[in-house]
Amino acid sequence: MASAPSSTSRVHLPDTARDLVKILVTGPFGVGKTTLIDSVSEIRPLHTEEHLTEASAQVDDLDGVRDKVTTTVAVDFGRISLPDGIVLYLFGTPGQERFRPLWDDIAYGALGALVLVDSRRVDASFDVLGLVEESGLPYAVAFNAFPDAPRHYTQDQLRAALDLDPGTPMVTCDAREANSSLDALLALVQHLIDRQNTATAPESV
Amino acid sequence: MTARPGGRPLVPAYLATGGTARHPRLRLERLSLLLRSDKPVPDGLTPAQLALLDELADGTLTVVEAAALLRLPVSAIRVLAAELVDRDLLVTRAPIPPAERFAPDLLKRVADGLRALKH
Ligand SMILES: Nc1nc2c(ncn2[C@@H]2O[C@H](COP(=O)(O)OP(=O)(O)OP(=O)(O)O)[C@@H](O)[C@H]2O)c(=O)[nH]1
Ligand SMILES: [Mg+2]
Repeated sequence: MASAPSSTSRVHLPDTARDLVKILVTGPFGVGKTTLIDSVSEIRPLHTEEHLTEASAQVDDLDGVRDKVTTTVAVDFGRISLPDGIVLYLFGTPGQERFRPLWDDIAYGALGALVLVDSRRVDASFDVLGLVEESGLPYAVAFNAFPDAPRHYTQDQLRAALDLDPGTPMVTCDAREANSSLDALLALVQHLIDRQNTATAPESV
Repeated sequence: MTARPGGRPLVPAYLATGGTARHPRLRLERLSLLLRSDKPVPDGLTPAQLALLDELADGTLTVVEAAALLRLPVSAIRVLAAELVDRDLLVTRAPIPPAERFAPDLLKRVADGLRALKH
């Protein structure tokens, strides 16, 4: 990478940037979203602070105690410039149901979602899989390889536990390794290509 | 979520948007591009508007990048940018239209690009 005069200037887009696309990197708390994005991003990790006024207002109504409390949540993002003016953005999107309005806003126009799953706590991913499926975004699942993960699960068992469609790609991944993160993203993009081919294939009789 | 690096927002969100929650016309996406126009900066802009123009003096940013650099919510950048577009100080460009994002050629170029990054 060329050295830049200041950390700020590196954030500005190259003049060649033309097609901006995004993928959501999502999953439960602490699953490795930020780690995966940082492993492949060309810019230093950035995040936006999102205010969730409506959600907290509902909670407050139930509480009947606090008033006008705004919760904030940080949404990380990273960026990869590809040849031909394509710039791929990765958004680390929290997968909890209560973040749905934020989720929908980030998901608008996205190519798809990479859903990170921690095989030590598969059930923590049910919420996010529900969100993804309702949003209609195509997705792939990446099991993050934590050292103390149970090894006795077979791919079939993990698929069954998550109730995945047979067509949904499932890979294992070490989010700390750029190559591994790229492979997980590639599994998703290949899935998008395959879907498209199926959709546009001439009907067989 | 991620701990934020220290520091207060450069402009408080409630001042940045002057109390307006939504701009009536322009709906900017997170990946809409923000570009400075040729028009000189007039007097009378708010500190938040000036701060955004200042960031764009160095080049193009998307809405989310501007939000991250200025430490403002995305909603505030949407409003600020729309105000500056009204004054011809800013030009915006939408990211790829949602209908075109699954074009086989585009997806293939994304895949090829990602593969080329592996080492
Ligand atoms: N062994 C191993 N550790 C990982 C992997 N991915 C993430 N971690 C570690 O898990 C911890 C949590 O990772 P984060 O990337 O912060 O997770 P996150 O999903 O961004 O978390 P929140 O933003 O808090 O929801 C960190 O200490 C990482 O180093 C992985 O693939 N393998
Ligand atoms: Mg994180």
